[in-house]
Amino acid sequence: MTSAALEQEIPAAGGGRAPWTTRLWHSGVLFVVPFLLVFAIFLVWPIISGFVMGFTDASLNGRPASFVGFGNYVEAFGDPEVWRTLWHTVLFTLITTLPMVVIPLGAALLTNLGFPGQWLYRMSFFAPFLLPVTVVTIFWGWMYHADFGLLNAAMEAIGLDRVPWLQDERYAMLSVAVTTVWWTLGFNYLLYLAALQDIPQHLYEAAAIDGAGAWRSMWSITLPMLGRITGLIAVLQLIASLKVFDQIYLLTRGGPNGSTRPVLLYVYDVGFSGFRLGYAAAISYLVFAVIVILSLGQLKLFSRGSD
Amino acid sequence: MTAETLPQVSSNSRARSSSQTWAGSSPRRLTPWRVLGLISLVLLAAAWLVPFLWNILTSFKSEQDAVRVPVQIMPEGGFTLEAYRRVLGQGNLVVWFTNSVVVAVAVTVLSVLICALAAYGFSRMAFRGRKLLLAITLASIMVPGQLLIVPLFRQMASFDLVDTYWGVILPQLVHPVIVYILKKFFDGIPRELEESARMDGAGPLRIFWSIILPLSRPVLAAVSIFLFIGAWNNFLWPFIVTNNPDLMTLPVGLANVRSGYGLQYAQNSAAAVLAALPLLVVFVFFQRQIVRGVATTGLGGQ
Repeated sequence: MTSAALEQEIPAAGGGRAPWTTRLWHSGVLFVVPFLLVFAIFLVWPIISGFVMGFTDASLNGRPASFVGFGNYVEAFGDPEVWRTLWHTVLFTLITTLPMVVIPLGAALLTNLGFPGQWLYRMSFFAPFLLPVTVVTIFWGWMYHADFGLLNAAMEAIGLDRVPWLQDERYAMLSVAVTTVWWTLGFNYLLYLAALQDIPQHLYEAAAIDGAGAWRSMWSITLPMLGRITGLIAVLQLIASLKVFDQIYLLTRGGPNGSTRPVLLYVYDVGFSGFRLGYAAAISYLVFAVIVILSLGQLKLFSRGSD
Repeated sequence: MTAETLPQVSSNSRARSSSQTWAGSSPRRLTPWRVLGLISLVLLAAAWLVPFLWNILTSFKSEQDAVRVPVQIMPEGGFTLEAYRRVLGQGNLVVWFTNSVVVAVAVTVLSVLICALAAYGFSRMAFRGRKLLLAITLASIMVPGQLLIVPLFRQMASFDLVDTYWGVILPQLVHPVIVYILKKFFDGIPRELEESARMDGAGPLRIFWSIILPLSRPVLAAVSIFLFIGAWNNFLWPFIVTNNPDLMTLPVGLANVRSGYGLQYAQNSAAAVLAALPLLVVFVFFQRQIVRGVATTGLGGQ
């Protein structure tokens, strides 16, 4: 309503004959044009052209593409590597989501106890989040090193055998997951800390008057009050995990024997190493559909839970 | 939403006062449970520092000491700066660092500018198609940008922007979620201020620049920090769009050179430690702002 009133005032700017630039500014279109330009060129257009590309045999080697109908999609559905790598992505998501909720929650609750050294706790949990992924993987590649790594030195010290963490199919995905939790936990930790401090103090005071002890307050006030943020964290976590690429590419290149290769790395390999852009685009859209379905499902699950 | 409702995470006094809450007793009293809590907290925090410490330690060893079996915590040959001297001597690290600064600053400044302009337009203006455009913008938050690398790369190739700064920067400027956060903030600013400025003859751009932006400083800072960290650490897109080592950002260059260092583990660690430093130093000085920026933006401005 205010904006309607605003429009009526526009002619006042130049006695009814404002220059067209002034009129454009007053209409507000110019405010959104810069954003809409980059939005259209670098988001909307790739979405469209990728969709079209999925129906062609476009190649990185530059030969002209021709239309292949649903060929790429038919091939993708029958391609075991698509399903295998998609499963790796889902597996990675399943392994990381629970620790990415429970550990930051625990760390935030402990930090919130108010012991001295707050600055240090925040620093050690959050600092890894500020590291570029390459630094993270160099750090952990060296921790995991089969011969000279700290982890195997520790295993030997307690009498266990050395483990080739990143070269053994049984441990590679787990190792990648541990690195990821170490790297990104700080973000969820901060969200939990913020949420903890938003819980109104009077709830605790009222509970104390009613004779509730510390544990009772925690189960009946603190944890229920964190329900909404936990739902949000789980959704953010799911979306982030399904896009996993960087740390796996840098730690294992998807190996050993492709046992950690996530679907996004398969897209990359097909498109940029195999030169088959059309097929890579088709796989992307399949994955996109899966992500949308999963996140909508989760959103629904959590919005029902919190009401 | 106003500045006061931004989550306040980092003040010690608040953390201490809330300790009286679920822990029950006064913060000074040490019950066995509180001692157990303290021990778990310190152990967990210490565990989180181990990968840092192990790599810092390695970076000060000679290459021979780094690969000794059994692993030695303290090197036989003493500590040395050799690895750092070698890494810095190759010069690439400085180039990549500069590139990262250029890219991250450009992405942050340009994104905040265009997103704030758009958010103000969506919040206050009444142009045709506003609702539809806003709905499209918000819906696009769902799109995982990583899945667009293939068409985006082809597009950048056709624009001749592969291996250029603009090729790295431009696709990183699209942040519908930031538009959403800022629009929500602008919606909460009372309109009286703008009305009176308009009476005084100020145009919309002028009102935006000298009334709205100054009022929005806290949320702009929060959003900028979030964008800067994201751009500084972004890997996938810069990795795909740059092949020329002189144009690589720090994360990409470092990934490319790992094979170059070969089995030089001390140098690997030294390079990683150097690359880790800038944001960690920034964090030490701006902890409060960074924590608040990440918490606010991470929650979508709630």
